[in-house]
Amino acid sequence: MTKISMKVNGEAVSGEVEGRTLLVQFLRDHLGLTGTHVGCDTGQCGACVVHVDGESVKACNMLAAAADGAEVMTIEGMAAPDGTLSVIQAAFQEHHGLQCGFCTPGMVMSAADLLNRNANPSEAEVRAYLEGNICRCTGYHNIVKAILAAAATLRGEAVAAE
Amino acid sequence: MYAFDYQKAGSVSDALAALKAEDAQPISGGQTLIPTLKARLAAPSALIDLSGIAEMKGIEVAGGMVKIGGAVTHQSVADHAGVKAAIPALAQLAAHIGDPAVRHKGTIGGSVANNDPSACYPSACLGLGATIHSSAGDMAADEFFQGMFATALDAGQIVTGVSFPIPEKAAYMKFVQPASRFALVGVFVSKGAGGVRVAVTGASESGVFRWTAAEDALAGNFSPDSVPPAPAADGMIGDIHGSPEYRAHLVAVMTKRAVKAC
Ligand SMILES: Cc1cc2nc3c(=O)[nH]c(=O)nc-3n(C[C@H](O)[C@H](O)[C@H](O)COP(=O)(O)OP(=O)(O)OC[C@H]3O[C@@H](n4cnc5c(N)ncnc54)[C@H](O)[C@@H]3O)c2cc1C
Ligand code: FES
Ligand code: FES
Repeated sequence: MTKISMKVNGEAVSGEVEGRTLLVQFLRDHLGLTGTHVGCDTGQCGACVVHVDGESVKACNMLAAAADGAEVMTIEGMAAPDGTLSVIQAAFQEHHGLQCGFCTPGMVMSAADLLNRNANPSEAEVRAYLEGNICRCTGYHNIVKAILAAAATLRGEAVAAE
Repeated sequence: MYAFDYQKAGSVSDALAALKAEDAQPISGGQTLIPTLKARLAAPSALIDLSGIAEMKGIEVAGGMVKIGGAVTHQSVADHAGVKAAIPALAQLAAHIGDPAVRHKGTIGGSVANNDPSACYPSACLGLGATIHSSAGDMAADEFFQGMFATALDAGQIVTGVSFPIPEKAAYMKFVQPASRFALVGVFVSKGAGGVRVAVTGASESGVFRWTAAEDALAGNFSPDSVPPAPAADGMIGDIHGSPEYRAHLVAVMTKRAVKAC
């Protein structure tokens, strides 16, 4: 067992893990952050996407010990502490970007990663960025709509704030 | 996964020392290795993480070469302004590996060392006549890749970087296998000081290879019309995604597209 420490959603956490403990197991089983889902466990579906040091990664395809010292952001860190949804989450709700909701945490984290990199993506760019996120329910159209709407809102706010 | 110890290496010499332990294995992005471990297809005693080794993380564009450290991620290659300017085909290849989360972790060293018969980077190495830098010395890509999942490296040796000569022009065309996003067939074509090179991934049971008949024809006249008819289906991969004949056909089609895109 090795002791690891990292920041998860801004809070310092630590724990004892085996070499083979996955980051997603550490988040879900050790920290109780069950918002990050496991769909395939083979790196294909994207339900487990979180941010590590500001970039999207599949938490089922990374060892917990490899994230020692990192800053991790999960779906639980997206809404404000009082429960107010982030712009992207609110857009998913508004545009019916989810049905069963299983893929949604990964979709939201991938969308946030995209909008961090590109504030004004085209529809094609949104679709390409979601290549590693599989949804069995929605047919993707409303997810894409939600992300484009969130991007527009975020650009508007940035302009208004200046 | 079977149990193993995990250790982050701080330098190449650190890593090589740790890899001397029996059944120790390197891990970089883990994008291939972790799924392999989950399937219990490997049982290392220890994983030595190369992904934080600073001396393996640089990209240099100088003297007609692009040199990429072994621990550089696919995303970093895709985003690098120098690579995009010098060898746009290489940046584009990296930008289309898997999906963003895979590109944020997967590395060129891991891809080249793994030599998956459907991986993208081996075709760029062979198609540009790259030099593979390793703890066992520098090797031409032509000697390095030795068939499906086989390379010139022995256990305990690591890929520390790859140097690509900058060509006059180059293009990579990948026919995507839509479930895995690997190449069903991918062709990397370049024209430069070393002549015309055509490297094919995804097609052959012997892994990445140079299609010399196409190279010879294109050396005479570099045009899609010069690409010879499809190579023999003999020795091509046949699986649920495509027959050997289909793959052989795609080799010619993707070569034409790559020449056209050059
Ligand atoms: C969903 C998905 C889609 C993908 N799509 C594509 C695709 O379209 N095209 C493509 O080419 N690849 C694709 N990949 C594979 C991806 O590019 C991997 O990142 C890459 O093949 C391996 O690199 P890695 O750094 O993750 O290596 P790891 O998984 O860490 O290691 C792979 C192997 O190489 C060894 N190794 C690692 N680094 C070194 C080194 N520096 N020296 C010596 N040995 C080393 C390890 O011991 C292991 O055996 C995909 C992967 C996934 C999960
Ligand atoms: S659970 Fe990680 S990619 Fe599917
Ligand atoms: S909403 Fe059900 S899988 Fe996407």
